[in-house]
Amino acid sequence: MDEISYAPAEGLLSFTWALIALPALGAAVLLLAGRRADKWGHWIGVTTIGAAFALALGLFASLAGLENKSADLDLFTILSVGGLDIEASLLFDPLSAVFCLLITGVGFLIHVYAVGYMSHDPGRRKFFAYFNLFAAAMLVLVLGGNYFMTFVGWEGVGLASYLLIAFWQLKPAAATAGKKAFLTNRVADVGFLLAMFLMLGTVGTLDFAGVFNAVEQGNSNGAAGLSEGTSLALGLLLLAAACGKSGQWPFQTWLPDAMEGPTPVSALIHAATMVTAGVYLIARSNVIFSLNPDVQTAVVVVGALTLLLGSIVGCAKDDIKRVLAWSTVSQIGYMFLAVGLGGAAFALGIIHLLAHGFFKAGLFLGSGSVMHAMNDQTDIRRFGGLWRTMPLTYATFAAGWLAIIGLFPFSGYFTKDPIIAAAFAREGWQGWVVGGAALLGAALTAFYMTRLFVLTFHGPKRWTEDVHPHESPAIMTGPLVLLGIGSLAAGGLMASPVTEWLTPVFGEQHEAHGHLSHMQVTVATTVAVVLGAALAWLLFRGGTDEVPRAAAWPVRAARADLGGEAVNRGLFERPSRLAASASVAMDGRVVDGAVNGLSAAVGGSSRRLLALQTGFVRSYALSILSGAVIVVAALMVVVTQ
Amino acid sequence: MSESTAVTIDWAGLAPLVIVFAAAFVGLLAEATVPKSRRLPVQVALAVAALAAAFVAVVLNADKSGTVFALDGVAIGSVVIDGPGLFLQGTIAILSIVAVLLLAERRTVRGGDFVAEAAVVADSAADLEQRREDGATEIFPLTLFAVTGMMMFVTSGDLLTMFVALEMLSLPLYLLCGLAKRRRLISQEAALKYFLLGAFASAFYVYGMAMLYGFAGTVDLAGINAAGVGSGQPRMFLYIGVAMIAVALLFKAAAVPFHMWTPDVYTGAPTPVTALMAACVKVAAFGGLLRVFNVGLSSSAWDWHLILTVIAVATMIGGAIFAVTQRNIKRLLAYSSIANAGYLLIGVIALGDAVGQTMFYLAAYGFTVIAAFAVVSLVRDGDEEATHLARWAGLGKKSPGTAVVFTILMLALAGLPFTSGFTAKFSLFAAALQADELGLVIVGVVSSAILAFPYLRVVVLLWLNEPAPDAPTVNLPSPMAGTVVAAGVAATLILGVAPGFLLDIVDQASTFLNT
Repeated sequence: MDEISYAPAEGLLSFTWALIALPALGAAVLLLAGRRADKWGHWIGVTTIGAAFALALGLFASLAGLENKSADLDLFTILSVGGLDIEASLLFDPLSAVFCLLITGVGFLIHVYAVGYMSHDPGRRKFFAYFNLFAAAMLVLVLGGNYFMTFVGWEGVGLASYLLIAFWQLKPAAATAGKKAFLTNRVADVGFLLAMFLMLGTVGTLDFAGVFNAVEQGNSNGAAGLSEGTSLALGLLLLAAACGKSGQWPFQTWLPDAMEGPTPVSALIHAATMVTAGVYLIARSNVIFSLNPDVQTAVVVVGALTLLLGSIVGCAKDDIKRVLAWSTVSQIGYMFLAVGLGGAAFALGIIHLLAHGFFKAGLFLGSGSVMHAMNDQTDIRRFGGLWRTMPLTYATFAAGWLAIIGLFPFSGYFTKDPIIAAAFAREGWQGWVVGGAALLGAALTAFYMTRLFVLTFHGPKRWTEDVHPHESPAIMTGPLVLLGIGSLAAGGLMASPVTEWLTPVFGEQHEAHGHLSHMQVTVATTVAVVLGAALAWLLFRGGTDEVPRAAAWPVRAARADLGGEAVNRGLFERPSRLAASASVAMDGRVVDGAVNGLSAAVGGSSRRLLALQTGFVRSYALSILSGAVIVVAALMVVVTQ
Repeated sequence: MSESTAVTIDWAGLAPLVIVFAAAFVGLLAEATVPKSRRLPVQVALAVAALAAAFVAVVLNADKSGTVFALDGVAIGSVVIDGPGLFLQGTIAILSIVAVLLLAERRTVRGGDFVAEAAVVADSAADLEQRREDGATEIFPLTLFAVTGMMMFVTSGDLLTMFVALEMLSLPLYLLCGLAKRRRLISQEAALKYFLLGAFASAFYVYGMAMLYGFAGTVDLAGINAAGVGSGQPRMFLYIGVAMIAVALLFKAAAVPFHMWTPDVYTGAPTPVTALMAACVKVAAFGGLLRVFNVGLSSSAWDWHLILTVIAVATMIGGAIFAVTQRNIKRLLAYSSIANAGYLLIGVIALGDAVGQTMFYLAAYGFTVIAAFAVVSLVRDGDEEATHLARWAGLGKKSPGTAVVFTILMLALAGLPFTSGFTAKFSLFAAALQADELGLVIVGVVSSAILAFPYLRVVVLLWLNEPAPDAPTVNLPSPMAGTVVAAGVAATLILGVAPGFLLDIVDQASTFLNT
């Protein structure tokens, strides 16, 4: 492969920084203006992100006109130590371009929706400030021209998500969820940090080009570049970081809890943008991953495991947002699977990510609309028959539902089926296992999404007495309609142009052919999806119990998140508590004992010795005299020895 | 012999001493001639100008090295101009300027903190009368005499000159200690104790000098050093002489077990005088110790090394342990000055390797301690200083500015980074390690840890305790005390953050002239 290099930015592309500056400026204004901005502040938030979207479109067009399809922009030097220079550099290439469009485009729609959704919330200005901050951080993440900048955005996203998940911080569940998200992410971030340290230690730079070239050299002629072990470690560390941000096994538990935040937050952070950061990181580092079959296998395993885990748990949840959250876990699993498979599947993962951005945002916003109508209830057992009262929400939700389960000719069909096919194309027995898992996941997805859809909008009304459902205002349904259209069409429209667009990033790839032909996979998937959906339809069209009943062990296990929480409790919480109480005991008895004993000894001897300080000159003189005698005597002793 | 005698004098080298000495006499004349109302500004201006001029003279001498007097071209080592001497002279001059400003403070106590006659029976009618009057201005010439003595002490090349300097710096100080306007009796007691014990120590000095003369046939430090190698006299004379001289000098430096006067005198003396003693006298005393041991006794180092080590350990540990239970801020600072004497003794024991670092420590400590005493003089219960620590509780709430300043000073004394206390301790201990004094450094660090406790307790007291309802007031500092505090804190922080320039200077000025 040729050396990787990025062309310097020119023309409009040298304004890439404004993409970040716009929402950052919005956040700053909103936070600094204080209460004065309460009345109009949210429009600043909407305007800045809208302007950023317009700019992103312009940049996208300029990039399309470039021959080498990349624009590198060095802003200033952050750190210059010895031979190491860390630049604040931005990289606008096809990969970051599609992410920018997704973040600003879908982000804009969610912003508009949130104007309506948060209209009665006293903290709306603060909410939009955090929202803008989040968008800015995410843009830093995807635009960063080196791992350091990516990390800055990475941490910024972590902070903003903490602020937003715990937005209703007086609610203990929300505060806890925010903390959990932040801590889980921090643990995974250690992977990112270690990866950066490793890069600095071995390659001596954090620039994408520098690292990738070193990895490639190491692959082609071992001596000059990175050793195989180093690039393996790099890959695994980056994978750990990606798993944390994307809610992949074993870090999945924070994601469903994060639904404690306001619903637009769930849509923005946990469907369209933040959770995709992990996918972005792997896609960006595709060179490292492609050249390491072992790391790729790890990614594939994580992806397949998580997509099954998410879809199984999704079947057992009764909270509308939690079902969607687990479905996010599962869908990101598909994306991980795709980028783990490598080659042509890299692009498939990104396309699925884009399509998912549309339909999951639509689904989340739709669920917010339903909650709005149902007095903020989230239990689907107490919904039912809403299609008549909320036609627009119903229609858009249906679009998202069709898109996610992937029936022809809707989005998921064009984006998920190829991933399943690629999974089957993996060599040897692994292909059967991974492909089977992906296929099973598709059936399960169809089942739980249909269950969700039917229980919410169809069947008998199981409402609590005081609810009077109504359709949401236009400012909320408008974005819903746009996202609904996007959900239906995005997959079909994007599939082949985006693959072509991303070619400069991932290189020219040819589709692999494996155990099953594409046609066979399509048929199998469609059958699985239809079976899953039909089963759910049959089971739930007549409604369900208003409270969960005792159930067999698989359901109980799924309701308990398949042991995710239990593992956390057993593996981390209990040992930590034990260690904490042990160190408290240690501190109380041993350390404090020693310290207190020591201080008592010092204080006691101080008081006793001070008795010598009588205040009489004669005793002072005696002290001097005895001192003199001792000095003379000591000199004699030393000398006579 | 007499006809051909020709004495040559290096006037420029002598200038710092002459300027301050002359100014002291002019000050005395001014007492007699200048009208009472104008005496204070005249005296302060004269003292500051003289000290500043002396400092300039020191700087102009910077590259000089040699003796001031020569007889027929042969150097006589009574007054020596060399790097350490000049640096310490300069340090004393600067610190004295700061101390003089504190002496000139007239706002905290109306008319100043001094009476004119120390010997008047306390609380008698005459005493009450003189307390009503404005403070005496004789303190300024007295201070200048003492400062002359200190500057001579650090440059004297023979024991006799050194003795004259010792008495010259001591006698005015005895008097100054007894001049406090408040708590007269304690002040007089302090003066008496200091005088009696000082006289006692001087006797040791004279006796030790006689012994060393008997041993070496000269009082010249270089000559004594030479005799330490090749004298035919019984070495007993040397040992007794070294011991006696050491006792006298360690008394001035306040090392255990010769320290007992320190807390009483520091508490009883007027606070500005205490500041002068803690800063300038400390510099002079250790300047003398450095010179005597480096120039005069380095050849017999093996003999005195053990006992001086024992004294250093006792001083470091003793000072720290005594300080732990102190409830009076002035006594606390007194014991802390004893512990600091212990750290400085490490520098003396390490001889040539640590001369520069010891001098740096002296300068850094001087500024910090002068500012600390200045703050002490500002926190008052009505007319009197609120020296009991319990009265300082919650000062941070009532007077955050003062509390911040005092916190910085306490942290500096405790040796925390970004203060001069840290850089000074670090460089001194590092130099001692170079000289293979690991044991002393360990004791020094342990002692610093113990000593950090009382300092930090003051900080806790300032910030975390509730103020008493009748908490002491903090006098808004007048320009004088304000300048002192500002100068002290500024030096503490600058030497903590950017000590490089001064470390370079002491590095260049660390070689004694061995005439």
